[in-house]
Amino acid sequence: MNSYLLSLAIWVPIIGAVPVLVLGSERRELVRWLALGVAIAGFVVTLPLYTGFDRQFVGMQFVEIAPWIPRFNVQYFLGVDGISVLFILLNAFVTILVIMAGWDVIEQKVAQYMAAFLIMSGLMNGIFASLDAVLFYVFFEASLIPMYIIIGVWGGPNRVYAAFKFFLYTLLGSLLMLVALLYLFLQAGGSFNLLEWHQLRLTMAPQILIFIAFLVAFAVKVPMWPVHTWLPDAHVEAPTGGSVVLAAIMLKLGAYGFVRISLPILPDASHYLAPMMIGLSLIAVVYIGFVALVQADMKKLIAYSSISHMGFVTLGFFIFNQLGIEGALVQMISHGFVSAAMFLCVGVMYDRMHSRQIADYGGVVNTMPKFAAFFMLFAMANSGLPATSGFVGEFMVILGAVKHNFWVGFAAATTLILGAAYTLWMYKRVVFGAVANDHVAGLTDIGWRETLILTLLAAAVLAMGIYPFPFTDIMHASVDNLLKHVAVSKL
Amino acid sequence: MLTNFVVPDLYPAAAELFLLTMACVILVVDLFAGSARRWLTGSLTLLTLVGCAVLTYWNFGDNASLTFANMFVDDPLADFLKLLVYASVIVVLIYGRDYMAERDLDKGEYYLLVLFATLGMMVMISAYNLLAIYLGLELLSLSLYAMVAIDRDSPRATEAAMKYFVLGALASGLLLYGMSMIYGATGTLELGLVAQSVQEGVANRTILTFGLVFLVAGIAFKLGVVPFHLWIPDVYHGAPTAVTLFISSAPKLAAFAMALRLLVSSLFGLAEQWQTMLMLMAVLSIGIGNLAAIAQTNIKRMLAYSAISHMGFMLLALMSGVAGSEVDPMALINAYSSAMYYSVAYVIMSLGAFGMVLLLSRAGYEAENLEDFKGLNKRSPWFAAVMMVLMLSMAGIPFFVGFFAKFAVLLAAVAAKHVVVAVVAVMFSLVGAYYYLRVIKLMYFDPPADSAPIRAGFDVRILLSANGIAVALLGLFPDTLMMLCTATLVRSL
Repeated sequence: MNSYLLSLAIWVPIIGAVPVLVLGSERRELVRWLALGVAIAGFVVTLPLYTGFDRQFVGMQFVEIAPWIPRFNVQYFLGVDGISVLFILLNAFVTILVIMAGWDVIEQKVAQYMAAFLIMSGLMNGIFASLDAVLFYVFFEASLIPMYIIIGVWGGPNRVYAAFKFFLYTLLGSLLMLVALLYLFLQAGGSFNLLEWHQLRLTMAPQILIFIAFLVAFAVKVPMWPVHTWLPDAHVEAPTGGSVVLAAIMLKLGAYGFVRISLPILPDASHYLAPMMIGLSLIAVVYIGFVALVQADMKKLIAYSSISHMGFVTLGFFIFNQLGIEGALVQMISHGFVSAAMFLCVGVMYDRMHSRQIADYGGVVNTMPKFAAFFMLFAMANSGLPATSGFVGEFMVILGAVKHNFWVGFAAATTLILGAAYTLWMYKRVVFGAVANDHVAGLTDIGWRETLILTLLAAAVLAMGIYPFPFTDIMHASVDNLLKHVAVSKL
Repeated sequence: MLTNFVVPDLYPAAAELFLLTMACVILVVDLFAGSARRWLTGSLTLLTLVGCAVLTYWNFGDNASLTFANMFVDDPLADFLKLLVYASVIVVLIYGRDYMAERDLDKGEYYLLVLFATLGMMVMISAYNLLAIYLGLELLSLSLYAMVAIDRDSPRATEAAMKYFVLGALASGLLLYGMSMIYGATGTLELGLVAQSVQEGVANRTILTFGLVFLVAGIAFKLGVVPFHLWIPDVYHGAPTAVTLFISSAPKLAAFAMALRLLVSSLFGLAEQWQTMLMLMAVLSIGIGNLAAIAQTNIKRMLAYSAISHMGFMLLALMSGVAGSEVDPMALINAYSSAMYYSVAYVIMSLGAFGMVLLLSRAGYEAENLEDFKGLNKRSPWFAAVMMVLMLSMAGIPFFVGFFAKFAVLLAAVAAKHVVVAVVAVMFSLVGAYYYLRVIKLMYFDPPADSAPIRAGFDVRILLSANGIAVALLGLFPDTLMMLCTATLVRSL
């Protein structure tokens, strides 16, 4: 029973990027519309994944399996469960926004810009859908290439440094993961099937070593303290679209790796090292929260806020209860919307002022009232205000953490104060007050294209905040199954 | 005496004999054609190679046939590698044609030397006797020395040729010395009999091991791995780029065949000894090659150091055949086929990379500095993309063939319980990724320093594009080539 939906989700954007590239950058208007068409088509083909998803069924759905490299028993094996399906939809959705966000702003090499985002979107869908370790790895690493190009070609003044740092940091982690995958292949008697690996028995010492290899790969991607330093650089230098994809989707890859690979394959090592993981997560939540407070650059501030929010996600995973893991997954989706919106808001201002320094702004509300209203909503969501999506995940994780250990929950809860402090303080300095200078006085409010993008995101943030049931319902059975699986020792 | 003379079976060596005959014909034709009709020499050379390919393909059998008093073997492995050698030499001739013509270097000698070098490689690939190996190797090496020096007026090329010659002669001496030791210990030159004598343990181990060390040194020199790598950067840099392209491609396949025949087919009984040596050389090559490549500003030198690290990776697979004391035939095949796969993948990538250097070179202008790649994306987005694919493939990033080559090698190493070595190797490929990415940075992130349009013949454009596409397609569908390598090895070992 092969279904081709996942293949479509992966290959529609990638193959659609070819005509975009062939058209070339001369025919800009045509290229933009074509890219938008491909992105929308890419989103439409993912919709049946949501509507046709069987919420009661435990296990993989929309499975596709075909031999890819029979020489090493590598399969083209795709499938999604309640954990991964939402990320494919999120990714396809964000791709549309990113194409629209780059509409007028990108004037250099438009075709390559659009194609890079489309290809990246397809590759990242591949990561979420892969159930074969080699396929997963190949998508995981290949997705670095378009991002490297995006940061390096359309980025800010220090883009070369940021692009290299991004690429090499991530490659460091993935190469160690590759060796771990090869080791597991041999242990499993010649199989790269992740689902078979979930049943694989392993003794403690290899489990811990493999866990550490995966940890390096995924921690860099999340990013967790202390391997987070590439992220602020990459975000600051990347063009708006790059930052959006980076924050909304790419950071989720690391966290997804933990739930799909580390936890189920290495349950004993996960339990054993959980205190360390919780510690690192709390450092990310609290310490990075303070770091965000003192940033003078808006993009840097949001980048640190992303690290802090992702700390919540890893925290949720390693307290091993339903609330924690579901909360972490909800937080991942929510952060996908909120961070995308925050970066887009900064992008809107940057396109007009060519500055990201908080000090250059002030009183934006006087000249851009519509924009200020949207920005307000997203700032609230970023600080975790109830009725926005930011609240649901954080609240679930905090509840789960309190169940696990009161003081862990207590430390995690400080984010509600810290997050509000750094986000709202930034918002106050940028938006409120008297008009700071002539540049701000000359600002024009958002146009219909920007309004459309921000409206879509605002709707998503509010819908998820007010009625999160559709999101949690779809992941419930899979999370339940994961928890049961993780509770069983493999020693 | 004459009554005992038996005409050997010539069919297995049909391609070699054809090439030799044609080389003599071309020598005469070129003499009469003169410089005005040089195209005739070039076309005849290409035709000869195509003819060899037809003969070799026609000879492609399932089993090995020995001839010339067991000095020459024709097995699937040899046929497969020879076909790849012809293909790569044809590509070299087409890529390099304009470059050599613009510099007035496309004399008849060039084509003849290419043919004799090819013959040398074919003999090396098919040799089943220590002396035959040496014969092929010397034919190849002497042709290469002359090819490096073909630009007589260039002091740099002459210096490179001198270095190559002196060091090469030394290496040949080492190899020959090693062979004499093996002969002394076993009393035979035939590879199969050497293997038998080593297995039975009748030969003196001390002398054998002593000989092995020299053999390994000779092989290491030909492959260009640390600590016998010093000639590589200078020769790659000094030689005319079309010659560098030649040196960096097909001879690696011949050297691989030589290593396989000497170490695996004949001295497998000493695997424990040579594995340790190969491991050391592999790790050093991957380390030093990648580290030194970072400091280069000349792309030919950079690719030279990258070649050193790639050959290190190939050795990594070659040494992973036996894990501990038990001999698992599957592990053996896995290890040697991944070494072969790596060599083939490397040759394809190297052809493309030097092909790009040739593409950017014009009359009176050598595009050999990294700076010359600046802003290539503005000048020609398509060829920038081809170069990007080649560089990413060399760095071992999926979906390109270089990744699967590294993948197969690392799998063999991990299977042989060399996990630490595998980790060291991947860490150095992280270092290596930096300089490949730098080329992409120059092409994509920097503005062009030179806006001259890229001029190249139609066939070169098509072939170079096909080369890039091949690297991508072999990465998307890696199974065919892997299976071919495995199948030929299974039938030949």
